[in-house]
Order: sequence, then structure tokens, then C-alpha cells
Amino acid sequence: MRGDHQTLALLLFSAFIAVTLFITTRVGRGRKGSAEEFYAGGRLFSPMENGFALAGDYMSAASFLGISGLIALFGYDGMLYSVGFLVAWLVVLLFVAELVRNCGRFTLADVVAARMAERPVRTAVGISSVTVSVLYLVAQMVGAGSLVALLLGGTSDAARSWTVVGVGALMVVYVSFGGMRATTWIQIVKAVLLMAGAVALTVLVLVHFHGNINTLLGTAAERSGHGEDFLAPGLRYGGDLTSRLDFISLGVALVLGTAGLPHILSRFYTVPTARAARRSVVWSIGLIGGFYLMTIVLGFGAAALVGSAEVRASNAAGNTAVPLLALRLGGGEGSTGGTILFALVAAIAFATILAVVAGITLASSASVAHDLYATLRRPGRRKRGEVAVARIAAAGTGAVAIGLGLLAQDLNVAFLVGLAFAVAASANLPALLYSLFWRGFTTRGAVWAVYGGLLPAVVLVLLSPVVSGSPTSLFPGVDFQVFPLENPGLVSIPLGFLAGWLGTVTSPEPPDEAKHAEAEVRALTGAGAA
Amino acid sequence: MEKEAGPEAAGVRLDDPWDDVPVPDGCGRDGTAAPVGDLDAPAVAGPGPEPSAADIYLEVHRSAAFREVRRRYRRFVAPAALAFLLWYLAYVVAATTAPELMARPVAGAVNVAMVAGLGQFLTTFLLTWAYARHARLRRDRAALDLRWDTQEMTRGLGPETTRGPGR
Repeated sequence: MRGDHQTLALLLFSAFIAVTLFITTRVGRGRKGSAEEFYAGGRLFSPMENGFALAGDYMSAASFLGISGLIALFGYDGMLYSVGFLVAWLVVLLFVAELVRNCGRFTLADVVAARMAERPVRTAVGISSVTVSVLYLVAQMVGAGSLVALLLGGTSDAARSWTVVGVGALMVVYVSFGGMRATTWIQIVKAVLLMAGAVALTVLVLVHFHGNINTLLGTAAERSGHGEDFLAPGLRYGGDLTSRLDFISLGVALVLGTAGLPHILSRFYTVPTARAARRSVVWSIGLIGGFYLMTIVLGFGAAALVGSAEVRASNAAGNTAVPLLALRLGGGEGSTGGTILFALVAAIAFATILAVVAGITLASSASVAHDLYATLRRPGRRKRGEVAVARIAAAGTGAVAIGLGLLAQDLNVAFLVGLAFAVAASANLPALLYSLFWRGFTTRGAVWAVYGGLLPAVVLVLLSPVVSGSPTSLFPGVDFQVFPLENPGLVSIPLGFLAGWLGTVTSPEPPDEAKHAEAEVRALTGAGAA
Repeated sequence: MEKEAGPEAAGVRLDDPWDDVPVPDGCGRDGTAAPVGDLDAPAVAGPGPEPSAADIYLEVHRSAAFREVRRRYRRFVAPAALAFLLWYLAYVVAATTAPELMARPVAGAVNVAMVAGLGQFLTTFLLTWAYARHARLRRDRAALDLRWDTQEMTRGLGPETTRGPGR
């Protein structure tokens, strides 16, 4: 925003980039370029390291700045996100982490395709995984552009475009040269920075109110302009039936989608055993839960100390609530403390974005190389090394993300994260859960489950008010809106499960008893695990 | 299901299971259930009429020890998952459809909604702790024993054999 902040923030950005590039060149040295190394980082990370990396992969700038901002603007309704994002990890812990670790090697498709005819299932799961990754990635890239521009004050189009290009180039470098090992260490560094920043700000807020939560909430309610309503649900989602259903739909997609996110699933292969995978989820639940509890304090703190009106004036979506809060806590405009805290928050947000996009790019390149390329390659062609393909795929993913990010930078893409979760919950989760727990599941069921969740989710969003027919739509000029909800999860998730069931019961092939027995034994005991 | 490994297992050392043995792509992938295919060749070439990997997995799958592990896992996970999903759904539905109830004050500025939200955090932490403890005390040991037994029985079958005795 103002000169001093910019200089200091840019220095911190550069320091973070230098450290991460150092990590990338350093950890890759002297390692053989095997698939094991590139996709899974050698499988020898400790549960604590992987727990931090999982938390780092999951906590995007959208949660750090976005959720606190929503709380600062809408009070309690912003908190609903925090709860959904955390509870989702119970699905990961109970159903997914250990079994996926025991059953797969690198990707989600490994697990689902194991009992089935490999080619169609791997292709289907590969396509839906890449879809989820690209949706998520574009949302992060556009967010990165506007966020950095916002924090540094340069709201010019050129600054935003160059940020998108720069972030895209960096993530390709991290992934192509460093693989999973470098990406994991970058996540760990980022998670530590993010937690440290959040703890510092939370402590400052609590100290400011002498540890009295009651005063904090009371002041927040008072300065929000909504009074007591600020502390109860309804300000944002309390409108008509549609907006209520919309929120329930989003909430369900958040909770069920996390367990189907490819970049989260691929993390479980970086630890040696299922037990270690479980312990890393326990670590990440502790970190993520603590973090979201702090975002609540920060959000109400911003409402109390900065005021909702000022937050809204700075950025309509509330994304600047935490930076403004930092400025205020440090002593206000022009003070040294304020400048330092503001620059720190900006740098942490930037680190968060870089780490998250690197994680998603890696997962996407794994799906392309390990799932799609391996099955769709024309039989006659010479077979390239899988890791070489994965590196190229990372560059390709980066190029696509930069291109889409530039195209979409003036559009309202906030719905993309919700859509990514909805696709993950509608396509990936049914296929994964059925293949882990249903004896009778067949190839046709798996293929139908994936497409039967993926297509409705995407089509419903295309026909929804986020794309057309409302002033805030992607294309406000036209109107082909049919489906009233902005979040398709409430319809598309049941459709995914239904399609999987239907495909299975209409399947001409009988389920393979022996393979089911083997799958179950291996999933629960770890026999023969990679 | 205890240590009844085949004759050829006797002289074999216990491998570290996560050294870089080339491992099949996923559960079920190295089963020899497919009637034809190159995976079968080494097993068929082995000495004497040995059970195939698929037979061994079926046998383990039917064993009392495995069924006990599976039962313990399901007994914990099914009710726990049902409970937390219903509790979360109730929370979201209440927040969106019953704001008056949620706005009731409890103590000072803290209202029912705040208590319910923090309750979600608390129950998540508690369930995480309970699940990890249950798995550690009630499942890990038995599952690990089964893993060694199964791996010992399947040693020399399936794709691993392709590495040959020269290893």
C-alpha cells in the first residue's frame, strides 16, 4: 500500500524465494531420478514432517486471509468455513489415510484401478484428478495476482499479470527440479511461517483485550455495525431458502471433498507405513485445528480493532482484514511496528500461495504422467521415462495455469475452490470409498462413479448463477441459468454415489472375489505395500 | 493362521518390507487371478504345486485373525463416522435454518452458535485422539503380524520372483 511496506515486503518475498530455490537445488542433489523419488520423495519423511506438509498443502491464502476476512465482514457466518475445513479431516483420518497408503503407490488412480480393468478406470480417475487440480490451481493463481497487487499497492494490470506469470514459473521450477522432496520441504517451511505468523497476531490480539474473549466479541459486534447479530449465523447465508441450501451444499462439499483432493492423497505416500500416515494426519489435524481457531480470533479481532466498514472499504471480499489488523496491532499507519507486521503478513501470504500451487502442480503432473500418459500413450510410440514425462507435465500444467490465470484475472473466480471440492467429493470420493469398502464394486461402477460425479458437478455450475444470469456472474451479460445453487455438491455428490452403484449392479462382469480379498487384506494389514 | 508358512519360507531372511522391492501398483494388482498374463509365469515355473498368491490372500482373508482386525476397524469407524457426520450436518442445518436458536446468549457475548462451533473443534480433536489410540492399542499389533505372515507366504510368488535367486 505505502512505500515502506512495499520495500520490506519485497525483501521478505525475495528472501523466501531464495530459501525455497536453495531447498530445491539442495535436496535434489545426488538423488537418483526414480519415480519413487519424484512422486513420493523417497517415502521416508517422518509423521511430524508430513503432518506439517499436509497442513501446508491445505491451508491456502484463502484460509489465512479469506476466512478471517469473511469473519471480519460477516461475523459468525465466516466461522462456518473454519469448522467445515477442519471436520473434513476426520473423513481423511478414518477412511482414507491408512488404506490409501497401504494400497497405492503414487496416485489416487492406483488405489481405484487396483481391482479393476486398469485402462478405463485409470483414465477416468486421472481425468477427474487433473480437473480438480486445475480448478484449484487457477483459483490460487488469480488469487495470487490480485492479492500481491493488493498488498503491494500496485493495482495495475501489468503488476497482476507479472505476478501470475512469476508464481507459475516458480512453481514449475520447484516441481520439475525438486519433485516431492523439495515440495515437501517448501510446505514445511511455509507451514511453520504461517503458524508462527498466526500465533504472533493472535497473541497480540488477545493481549490487546487482556485475554478477555468477552470484550473481544463485544467490541467486534459493536464495531461491525450489526450488533448482536454479528455473533450469530445469518448475516451472509440467512437470506432465502436458496442461499441457505447453497451453504449446506458448500458445507457438505467441503467436508467430503478434502478426502478426494489429489494433492492431499499423494502426501500419504511420502511416509513409510500406514501407521506413519495416520500419525501425520493426527499432526495435521492438530495444526489445522489450531490454525482455524486462530483465524476466528483474527477475524473478530479485525472487526473489533479495524472495524468492518474500513475492511470492506479496503477490499470488498475482506481479503485485507488481516494485513490491516497487523498494521493496527503494530502501532498503526506509519509506525515501525506496523510496517514490519504488515510486511510479514504479506510475505507469509505470498509464501502460502507459492507452496500451495507447487503442491497442486506436483499432484497434477503425477496424474498426467502416471495415470493418463501411461494408459493413453499410443502403443507403437517409444516409451519415455515416467519421471521425464512428469517433469514435462509439470511445465505443461504451469503453462495452462498461467494462461487460464491471465484470462480469468478480471473474472470473479471465487467459486472455483468450491467447485474443486465439489468435483473431488462427487467423482473421486465415491470411486475411492466404493473400491475400498464394497466387495461387489466393478470396473463399470468405478468408471460411472467418476464420470457420474464429474459431469453433473461441472454442468450444474455452468448452468448456475455463478456463470450467467446475475450481476456477479462470470458473464453477467447473458442468461442461461437453470440451476439455482452456486455450489453443486448437494446434487452432484449423491449423483456420483448413485452412478457408481448403478454401474455396478448393471455390470455384466461379476466382481472378482480373489482381488477383493487381496485388496482388503492389503488395505488393512499393509502386506505388500510399496 | 499362525506361522504356517510354506516350506520355502524357512530359509528366507526377513526383508525390510519397505526397501525398494519393485512393488505392484496397488491392492489386487499382483494377484495371479488373471488366467493369462506375464505375472503368472514365474509362479507357475516355481517348484512343486504351490498355492498362488490369490489363494494365499483368499486364505488370509478368511482367517479368524484377519476378520478380527477388520471387525475392530469397522466397529470403531462406522459408528464414529456416522456420529460426526450427523453432528456436523445438524450444526450446518441449524446455523442456516434456526438462527434464533443459535443466537441465544449463554454467557456474556458467547451464544449457542459460538458454543456449537467450538464444540465441533473439540469433538474433532477428541475423535482424532480416540481413533489414534484405538488403532494403536487394538489394531496395529495384529495387523503387523498378519502383514509379516502374508508377506512370508507370498514370498517367491508373483512379480517378486522375477528378481530371481541371484539377488
